[in-house]
Amino acid sequence: MNIPSQILTLLAGIALTLISLWYGQNHGLMPVQASDDAVAVDGLFNAMMTVSMGIFLLVQGVLIFSIFKFRRRAGDETDGPPIEGNVLLEIVWTAIPVVIVLVISVYSFDVYKSMGGFDPEASDDPGLVQVAMMPDSESNAAFNTASDTASAPLINAPRHHHHHSVALGIGASPETANKPADVTVNVLGMQYAWIFSYPESGITSGELHIPVDKDVKLTLKAQDVIHAFWLPEFRLKQDTIPGQDSELRFVPRRVGDYPIVCAELCGAYHGGMVSRLYVQTQEDYDQWVQSQVALKDSQESAKTSTVASLDAIADPTPNMGDRATTSPDPIRQQISQKFGIDDSLLNQVQPATPTTATPTTATPATATPTTAPLSAMHS
Amino acid sequence: MTQTEISTTSAPEAVPAHAPTAQWKWWQYFTFNTDHKVIGIQYLVTSFIFYLIGGALATAIRTELATPAPNLVTPETYNGLLTLHGTVMIFLWIVPAGAGLANFLIPLMIGARDMAFPKLNAVAFWMIPPSGLLLVLSFFLESPQAGWTSYPPLSLMTGKVGEGLWIFSLLISGTSSILGGLNFLTTILRMRVPSMKLNDMPLFCWAMLATSGLILIGTPVLAGALILLAFDLLAGTAFFNPTGGGDPVVYQHMFWFYSHPAVYIMVLPLFGVISEVIPVHARKPIFGYQAIAYSSLAISFLGLIVWAHHMFTSGTPAWLRMFFMITTMIIAVPTGIKIFGWLATLWGGKIALNSPMLFALGFIAVFVIGGISGVMLASVPFDIHVHDTYFVVAHLHYVLFGGSVFGIYAAIYHWFPKITGRMMNEPLGIVHFVLTFVGMNLTFMPMHELGLLGMNRRVALYDPRFTTLNQVATVGAYVLAVSTLPFLFNAVWSWMKGEKASENPWRALTLEWQTSSPPEIENFEVLPVLTTGPYDYGMNHHSESMAETTAAATGSS
Repeated sequence: MNIPSQILTLLAGIALTLISLWYGQNHGLMPVQASDDAVAVDGLFNAMMTVSMGIFLLVQGVLIFSIFKFRRRAGDETDGPPIEGNVLLEIVWTAIPVVIVLVISVYSFDVYKSMGGFDPEASDDPGLVQVAMMPDSESNAAFNTASDTASAPLINAPRHHHHHSVALGIGASPETANKPADVTVNVLGMQYAWIFSYPESGITSGELHIPVDKDVKLTLKAQDVIHAFWLPEFRLKQDTIPGQDSELRFVPRRVGDYPIVCAELCGAYHGGMVSRLYVQTQEDYDQWVQSQVALKDSQESAKTSTVASLDAIADPTPNMGDRATTSPDPIRQQISQKFGIDDSLLNQVQPATPTTATPTTATPATATPTTAPLSAMHS
Repeated sequence: MTQTEISTTSAPEAVPAHAPTAQWKWWQYFTFNTDHKVIGIQYLVTSFIFYLIGGALATAIRTELATPAPNLVTPETYNGLLTLHGTVMIFLWIVPAGAGLANFLIPLMIGARDMAFPKLNAVAFWMIPPSGLLLVLSFFLESPQAGWTSYPPLSLMTGKVGEGLWIFSLLISGTSSILGGLNFLTTILRMRVPSMKLNDMPLFCWAMLATSGLILIGTPVLAGALILLAFDLLAGTAFFNPTGGGDPVVYQHMFWFYSHPAVYIMVLPLFGVISEVIPVHARKPIFGYQAIAYSSLAISFLGLIVWAHHMFTSGTPAWLRMFFMITTMIIAVPTGIKIFGWLATLWGGKIALNSPMLFALGFIAVFVIGGISGVMLASVPFDIHVHDTYFVVAHLHYVLFGGSVFGIYAAIYHWFPKITGRMMNEPLGIVHFVLTFVGMNLTFMPMHELGLLGMNRRVALYDPRFTTLNQVATVGAYVLAVSTLPFLFNAVWSWMKGEKASENPWRALTLEWQTSSPPEIENFEVLPVLTTGPYDYGMNHHSESMAETTAAATGSS
């Protein structure tokens, strides 16, 4: 009897290991991988899933086995064997988890480093480091313009040079740590939209376009409350905090369009704070930039006629005129600026009859209580 | 554990005999009563009412999420629902339910006649109803809408009335919690029968020792954060308000310095419950008493230095992220010691599959899932992806529903005969367990996948590609809602008409079972003397002394 039970235990152990290894690679729980960071994070996740599956099966297996094997038979009033412990066993089940969590910690550290978590630029004041690290005067000027234009509309613009010496997020990977990013986009989170401005071309958009295989740096700011900029397909997320800059730097590897999600509760219409990220070939990207520059020029000329009506609305946030969006429709633009709603979403909600009513009626959630606004999510 | 015996002559408290059947009148349970047992029942019943309220809020949330469109309530109301759901469940259900169990059980378990500070104890309880009423009131005046975390600047912008009521409610319940913690700590350290050394205590007392330490260190910091937040909200100061130069991240640090330990405040007492229930119904000594006892203290200590893992995507620099990742991962070790200890206790036992044991076994089965996902979340690169998503919602409910609520149910089924003097109905208990176990997994398991795929939390509208999984979760939530009905009926009916319970229906060894059911007003006619350890099942050298102490119980059953 003894030998078969040992063989059974061995077989159960082998089965447990094989199931865990298989499941760790084939869980299918993650969205597509659109960047190197996503590949690295998924490798870590798969390893954790493998170990987790093993522990899960072990615990549930022992539990279920015990329930069947050691259940009290009717009429049995006796006690079980008075075993009070086993020091060796206790040391083993203390030591093994210690080893497991240390290995996961080291692996996590490694992935975090490869993503750029320790980039000094992301971990220190970007202004100071940028100057020191970028002797190229052209890039330097570009940065200064960028920071000026981006911080100008903020309520708390002076806090850009606040005592916080730490900027946050994911910086350059170790390979590109000493190089400037190929593309820099300033991201401003506000209730309930993401505004993307491109310092090099001066354009502003409600959706994010970036070229594939290029080193992209997003500098993140928040205008009103804390938001979180999340790119699920890139496994990247960073809170945008009023008064504190943060950044995300990554290389998109897959052409396509992806959701941009606000992950931090930011108010009533938090769920509607979505946008799209378009990863494009360099040609398509250049073309988009050209079209946006042209659009911006035409808007500049049109602005003089609409700016009066814009100012007529009592505006809670100053300098909103700079928040140009992609919408060519001045009235929709006016609403999206007044109430801070993603213009592309607004397109779906209020296609024809924009009003100057209260914020509640102008918002996606209550204006059309159907699935209509959700088509804006491009599911 | 070694047997501890002292002669009766060395027991100093040979108190005058009380009327052996002295019991409170029913209406005295509604008064400012200083008996720890009355207060324990007051806590448990009150918190269960708030559990039903929090559950109704959850059902409304899941109903809204049955479709991707926000078509049931306004977005403002939805944020009010989720804020109040979290707040009610944490501060008015799990924390006070743990306090209720501790109140009823600690003095009985250590052979004391009451808590160390009976009046303070009653004061602590009577802070819970006003705290809860303020929250309920806020729902009808103006819901707080910034989530139970209430991060500024959002919490400063969603309405002064609701947020103000929320802050004052939490300050009151936090004060109640501090008073309770102080009382538990003093009682456990100072009021044990002389023959009971620390290492003779039931493991529930160890768990409450660790919990009370956390309450006393953590809760004042939360109170500080809330008071500063109240100043920002009502007096226009700028401690956390960035427009005036404040720092919202400081609030997050202060909030989580309490609110992460709060997870252990909510789950450690139930770890203690499981350590009590399993040996009794498996008829075996707890495996590794000291390891389980000291692991509670280790969890308590480590729980104080992990708080910033809630802030990995917030204002947390790289080195701090790494520090908190490692400390958080290490918590898995003492937690694992407990789980493996429970499994080893079951191994080779005589497992009775009754309601308390089913909930205890269910606790292990589902809590381990929450524990595993907790280790995953500690990993910074992975957490960056899933922070503030449904993966976290799944994780926290596996810990707080699968852990705390299953533990509370196990405790209620286990000690109901002692608390009321009547047995609960067994078939109804099994129906309750099956519905709860199925509903729980149906509700929260799909949320893991939702979060990984890209669904953020705290949203009333979501991408339609997530519809199917959300509908599974909504069905699960309805099963959970229904699951409370057999329990409610069982508890009320059994309390009034249930089969009379003997002194010790489970043939348990801890002291609370060595007095009448329900215990008389001052617990013991004569203070008990330890003749066995709390878990000395199957030990032959105890069989005779056991026969003496539990003769009546075993004889009748």
